[in-house]
Amino acid sequence: MRRVRHTVPNVLLAHAALAAYTVIALFPILLIIINSFKTRKAIFRDPLALPNPETFSLVGFETVFRQGDFFLYMQNSLIVTVASLFFILLFGAMAGFALAEYRFKGNTLMALYLAIGIMIPIRLGTISILEIMVATNLVNTLTALVLVYVAQGLPLAIFILSEFMRQVSDDLKNAGRIDGLSEYRIFFVLVLPLVRPALATVAVFNMIPIWNDLWFPLILAPGEATKTLTLGSQVFIGQFVTDWNAVLSALSMAMFPVLILYLIFSKQLIRGITSGAVK
Amino acid sequence: MGSLVLKNIHMSFGTNEVLKDINLEVEDGEFVIFVGPSGCGKSTLLRIIAGLETPMQGDVEISGQLVNAMPASKRKIAMVFQTYALYPHLTVEKNMSLGLRQAGAASSYIKRQISLAVEMLELEPYLKRKPAELSGGQRQRVAIGRAIVRDPDLFLFDEPLSNLDAALRVNTRIEIARLHRELQSTVIYVTHDQIEAMTLAQKIIVLRDGRIEQVGSPMKLYKDPDNMFVAGFIGSPAMNFIEAGYLGVGGKAATVGVRPEQFTLSRRGRVSGTISHLEHLGAETNIFVNTDSGLITVRQFGEASLDIGAGIGLDFRDEDMLFFDSNGQRLR
Ligand SMILES: Nc1ncnc2c1ncn2[C@@H]1O[C@H](COP(=O)(O)OP(=O)(O)OP(=O)(O)O)[C@@H](O)[C@H]1O
Ligand SMILES: [Mg+2]
Repeated sequence: MRRVRHTVPNVLLAHAALAAYTVIALFPILLIIINSFKTRKAIFRDPLALPNPETFSLVGFETVFRQGDFFLYMQNSLIVTVASLFFILLFGAMAGFALAEYRFKGNTLMALYLAIGIMIPIRLGTISILEIMVATNLVNTLTALVLVYVAQGLPLAIFILSEFMRQVSDDLKNAGRIDGLSEYRIFFVLVLPLVRPALATVAVFNMIPIWNDLWFPLILAPGEATKTLTLGSQVFIGQFVTDWNAVLSALSMAMFPVLILYLIFSKQLIRGITSGAVK
Repeated sequence: MGSLVLKNIHMSFGTNEVLKDINLEVEDGEFVIFVGPSGCGKSTLLRIIAGLETPMQGDVEISGQLVNAMPASKRKIAMVFQTYALYPHLTVEKNMSLGLRQAGAASSYIKRQISLAVEMLELEPYLKRKPAELSGGQRQRVAIGRAIVRDPDLFLFDEPLSNLDAALRVNTRIEIARLHRELQSTVIYVTHDQIEAMTLAQKIIVLRDGRIEQVGSPMKLYKDPDNMFVAGFIGSPAMNFIEAGYLGVGGKAATVGVRPEQFTLSRRGRVSGTISHLEHLGAETNIFVNTDSGLITVRQFGEASLDIGAGIGLDFRDEDMLFFDSNGQRLR
């Protein structure tokens, strides 16, 4: 492989491009955060200005904490997201391992069947899903949301993970078998650590849509006790008046948990993206 | 202890028939090598012996016991892989002891076995390291050590040296030969490498397209091959095949085989042509000669002072000719 030459103009150009991208990417987020600390008037008069002693206000945060149970919503969102990710990764990896490792009748057919979900959006089935949830008494439970998100995330997870599992050395698994490890030990102890970057990739790609989803919480779990953060924030967006202070404050706070989750996964993710590219 | 019998082994992947009726006996303590072109089923056969693959049909007996239904871990075998296949999360010591620990062996026994392997392969400095902190050669030594620790009836090696550089390959080859001498155990070894096959094996098994072509000692296969495939496969540079008609040989023979080193340079020889290429290897010279019957490789000891493009005459002793019929079978 030819290496890019590190001349001064090259480095400058690269950094300029990256800096420009960073600014563009961070701008909306920054805008939300600075405006969440301003009075309503100041938000509209000069949205780009930083809060100063005159315009500084915590009224948005106060509203958020007064109305609705913000911490409960946050907790619900976290439970749903983490539980969904856990099951997507666990079942996705297990199915991927089975598809990659074992020769059985209908292996290809099974792989195809499991991958079909990538092409069909799960929302098309909303009515039936709701019927199932009503019949099983799961409406207004977090379980309903976790089940739906696991179903939504599994097809792509299985597809990606089985591809990565195929790359794990057969010799390593066979060495484990000769040494008397069970298939479960081989899966959990030998194979899973080697596909960690792939697991992180799948986790990040699934995390954001689940965290931000409004559709299923609204339909399956609109009750006060099971509201997620995204749904809970909607009370501030009215048909006639929108409490922008509260919306911006709620959004600012909603960012942090995903940010932390992302940081946890990101080290692995970068390894996943660059694996093969950098050796 | 340590004998192996294969009876009527058939194996296919889907419609791809990989092994066709393999029958084989290996005695206790023998060093047996499988050779054959890529894709002929060597690794598959080794995996069947190990119990990692289930044949469609046929029996595997190890040490006189039928092991068809026995899982790999119970067969008293140990395998060394081309890619080393060390457990990346375990230290060298744990890598070597995992098999015995899984089998529930006493810790004093495990200690003794590890120190035996450490001594034989000089692994002492690496015991506490992870595989990632070792060079390729060290990793392969650890992999061999892991096999020794298990004290198997049967050692299985699948191209263990092919990822090593030339110098390391020679050293490890000698190490494996010494190991076999000291442990007196049965070894089944797969390789592509002519020299490995000729130097290590007591018995070579030549495979082609999932069939055994010939079984015999290295010298037997070299001097007395059953067919053109074996004759051409064993020996490097490969044997020359010359049309019988060109040499004026009559009878049923269609092709005559002559090894490169059996030619002598002779102005009035039976074969003549022009030199198309020369390879000077120092101790020997390979001369490639274009003749009316195709390209012929000639191997001369020492440094031959010849020129590319020059005419050359070649001859050989009558008793060095091997005759093959039109199906490639040897005529004796
Ligand atoms: N798991 C598998 N699924 C399908 N086909 C396979 C599988 N393993 C091996 N084969 C096929 O079986 C044949 C023999 O493979 P095998 O690995 O035994 O060859 P080999 O003699 O070891 O070759 P090499 O010298 O290149 O290692 C090949 O045609 C290969 O494509
Ligand atoms: Mg092979």
